[in-house]
Amino acid sequence: MEAFIDFFSFHDPNVRLVVLGMLFISLSSSLVGSFAFLQKKSLVGDAVAHSLLPGIAIAFMISGSKSPWVLILGALISGWISILIMDFLTKRSKIKTDTAIALVLSVFFGLGILLLTHIQHSYFGNQSGLDKFLFGKAASLTLIDIQAFGLVTLVIVALVGVFYREFKLLSFNYEFAKAIGMPVKALSFLMNTLLVLAITTGIQAVGVVLMAALIIAPAAAAKIWTYSLSKMILIAMGFALFSSLVGSFISYTYINMPTGPWIVVILTFFTVMSLLFAPKRGVFSRIKRQRENSLKINTENILKALYHLEEGKSTLFEWHKLDQILEKRTFNKVTLNNSLRQLSKKNWIVLGEQKVKLSKAGELEARRVVRLHRLWEMYLTKRMNFKSDHIHSNAETIEHIITPEIERDLILELGTPKVDPHSSEIPYSD
Amino acid sequence: MTPTVQKYLTQTKMNDLYIISTAVLVSASCGLLGVFLILRKMAMVGDAISHAVLPGIVLAFLFSGNRDSITVLIGAMVLGILASVLIEVIHKKARLQEDAAIGVTFTWLFAIGVILITLFSRQIDLDQDCVLYGEIAYVPLDLWFLESGVNLGPRALWVAAGLFIVVILFVTLGYKGLQITSFNEEFAVSVGISAIVWHYLLMGMVSAVTVASFEVVGAILVVALLVGPAASAYLLSKRLPTMLVLTIVFGVLSSISGYYLAKYLEGSIAGAIATMTGFWFTLSLAISKIKKPRSVVSKQG
Amino acid sequence: MSKETFDLALEVHNLTVSYNRKPVLWDIDFSLPQGKLIGIVGPNGSGKTTLLKTIMGLLEPDSGYVEVKGKPLKEVRNQVSYVPQRESVDWDFPADVMDVVKMGRYRKGNILKRLSQDDKRIAIESLEKVDLLEFSNRQIGELSGGQQQRVFIARALAQQGEVYLMDEPFVGVDAATEDAILKLLVEMKSKGKTVIIVHHDLQTAYEYFDWMVLLNTRLVACGPKEEVFTKEKLQEAYGGRLTVLSKIGDLISKKEFPIREKGFSEKK
Repeated sequence: MEAFIDFFSFHDPNVRLVVLGMLFISLSSSLVGSFAFLQKKSLVGDAVAHSLLPGIAIAFMISGSKSPWVLILGALISGWISILIMDFLTKRSKIKTDTAIALVLSVFFGLGILLLTHIQHSYFGNQSGLDKFLFGKAASLTLIDIQAFGLVTLVIVALVGVFYREFKLLSFNYEFAKAIGMPVKALSFLMNTLLVLAITTGIQAVGVVLMAALIIAPAAAAKIWTYSLSKMILIAMGFALFSSLVGSFISYTYINMPTGPWIVVILTFFTVMSLLFAPKRGVFSRIKRQRENSLKINTENILKALYHLEEGKSTLFEWHKLDQILEKRTFNKVTLNNSLRQLSKKNWIVLGEQKVKLSKAGELEARRVVRLHRLWEMYLTKRMNFKSDHIHSNAETIEHIITPEIERDLILELGTPKVDPHSSEIPYSD
Repeated sequence: MTPTVQKYLTQTKMNDLYIISTAVLVSASCGLLGVFLILRKMAMVGDAISHAVLPGIVLAFLFSGNRDSITVLIGAMVLGILASVLIEVIHKKARLQEDAAIGVTFTWLFAIGVILITLFSRQIDLDQDCVLYGEIAYVPLDLWFLESGVNLGPRALWVAAGLFIVVILFVTLGYKGLQITSFNEEFAVSVGISAIVWHYLLMGMVSAVTVASFEVVGAILVVALLVGPAASAYLLSKRLPTMLVLTIVFGVLSSISGYYLAKYLEGSIAGAIATMTGFWFTLSLAISKIKKPRSVVSKQG
Repeated sequence: MSKETFDLALEVHNLTVSYNRKPVLWDIDFSLPQGKLIGIVGPNGSGKTTLLKTIMGLLEPDSGYVEVKGKPLKEVRNQVSYVPQRESVDWDFPADVMDVVKMGRYRKGNILKRLSQDDKRIAIESLEKVDLLEFSNRQIGELSGGQQQRVFIARALAQQGEVYLMDEPFVGVDAATEDAILKLLVEMKSKGKTVIIVHHDLQTAYEYFDWMVLLNTRLVACGPKEEVFTKEKLQEAYGGRLTVLSKIGDLISKKEFPIREKGFSEKK
């Protein structure tokens, strides 16, 4: 608890630095990552992260300086080169996209490690400052680092702001953008630059290997909540920010704990939760929808059974034993009880002792379903030339889906038919 | 030349030989499997598996107490297959696009691995550097002594040799199955061959190879060895047997040249070998362009 | 649809198949006789390839089943040869012509063993039949479209099946190759083989085939070509979309409705 207050009161200047650094990194990574995600270039982000290393090493070797600006420049150049190479390989050789990405990733990274270890041996361990690019050392960010991050983030946010519409079109519909004459090559180059910049700052928090998570996970988690790009970006930023704060807090409290992996674990948690619980497209929403579909099917089938029991008879709204319904259809006990309960709740049936009867409203509803069944059978026969022994089972399914709008279309197309292909009367609600 | 210097030189040459042989065997094993990975457009899944096995290695290490056991191998293989199953589930059931499913899965598993290493740093003897690029330079030091006191040479060399034999057996026995499911999966299924079985067999083998190579050469190098030599061979091969042989050749070239490069620069051997896979690839690319200059290749598949 | 009393090569019963949760084939039901050249035609998106893939067991139907020569496919796999669409394969794959044709001799049972001399002989003969023997050692990416198609057909021939299913074998193929393939198919028919082809071109369909299956999400017609190729039937298949049907299809997909009521069966 103490640590919590300590950290979040931000009175420790180190904490302030770390939090500020995390803020910038989360913003730029999730922003850039959203576009990369939409263009299905998530793994390119992974390759770029690995490719920055040799640039950083060479920049140090040439300049002897560990100033963030120098290193960023080196990273930028080697990041650009890696993107160019991946592009070249895919377009001008047999090599496929995934191989190009994996190849560039491993070769550049290997070169980076080679150079880093070379520096380690020949510059008497003076490369300690370069280590943070490999594993990320969010805890030891300096003011200069933060200034660099801040500027980079500012540039990224500004450029995305200016070119928002163009980036959006490029991500959703590249071919169309090209067709209407947008300068797609220049814009792609710009987006790639922003990607490299964001990754350059990001790897200092989480390290090279885990950088891909900062790019991919926020977008993956956010996308399922909304169809709007701007909302998606904001949600992604939210996830990223929260995760990086909590991750930093954990490594602040438990000294040995590395920041990067915790940020990734929390981010992934958000992604999985989103994929499971998001409304409409989440896994549980879909299961719920399927349950609702089943309930609808079952309740409507019971209504139909009751209707059939009374069809053509002189007395309606009679009590029918449950057994009579079970004679017409198989139901398992639980399903039957659930459905009866639902029907009773909607006042479509009246429940008795092992018996039920239709209410007035229930009879109308039953009539509707039977009508849809018979209309659909007519449609299949007249417009689709189905054989008479095929239409029934098909109609058994479709009768539950037909909306009032489609019902109107059907009646119109078929010319308000009086009977179905089996010569049963089609019950309209008069 | 004094006797001591002479002895040192011979010893160094022996060390060289041990290290290079281990590297050659590991690169050949990885390369042969990598051939099928790139033909199935699964290079990045290979990358993912090589990262995902980390928690498996750590956990198995914890249970077995040492890092050299079969438990580690099995634990990591389980995790490798688990990773590829997770990717499938996230992609198909949670409906996340495939590249994101891969990215999220392997970063998460690798993160867990690093956290576990930190949590149990007292019980296990792994550090982050080692995990990333192994230390093949230590190979000659870790010798395998029998009870009778006979020195069989470096343990890692034996592991690499065993691995190589298993891979050769797998590729030889499974040649037709791997070939047909990589070339035309639909046709294979239509003939009654299970594409799923071959897929998971390959994933299992990749996990095993990744793990066995891990300690010697680390995570990143494994990817370079899976993809680099195979890609170089791909550009120059008309037929699959050629591609398999050339992959081994490129693996050998990368290992030997990488070793000497590392010596010259006093840097990581693993990094150097990875770098050299890139060099030989560039050479292969140049040769392929000279043999058949096409400016635009028609992309299919 | 007229049914004559000869042995049936293929029977499709009440087949309903979805693709991406949307029903693409509705209650398809037809039978095909042996020893004929049969064309499956219909507009784009009518489910022709889906039908072929379901017959081959590559897709699971929502309902219904398929029988080849009176038995489920699993039992008669070695009598059925499948030629997938040419574009379904990456022609950069390192294999030469002979390699691909030899794959026609792969079976579940011999997948771990080497091919026999007999297998190799059959492969060579198959290549001769399509006139590509001199190209045996050519890498498949270097072939023209027509040659690639012929390699696929040679592979199918090497399977030595009785029933052949081909997915759009005439697409992107030069005229000479088209003639050569057709000649080969006629020869196969004379030997009693049944060839079922998903065909993309209505104009040539009448010329090439004896029997036809006219498809547009549901079966429009099936039978000898004179019976099927009438103005009314063609109009029905090609004459515009059934808006109500496609609305229903969209609804099913969006709401993830079950296509068949599993477990809510009626009692007769």
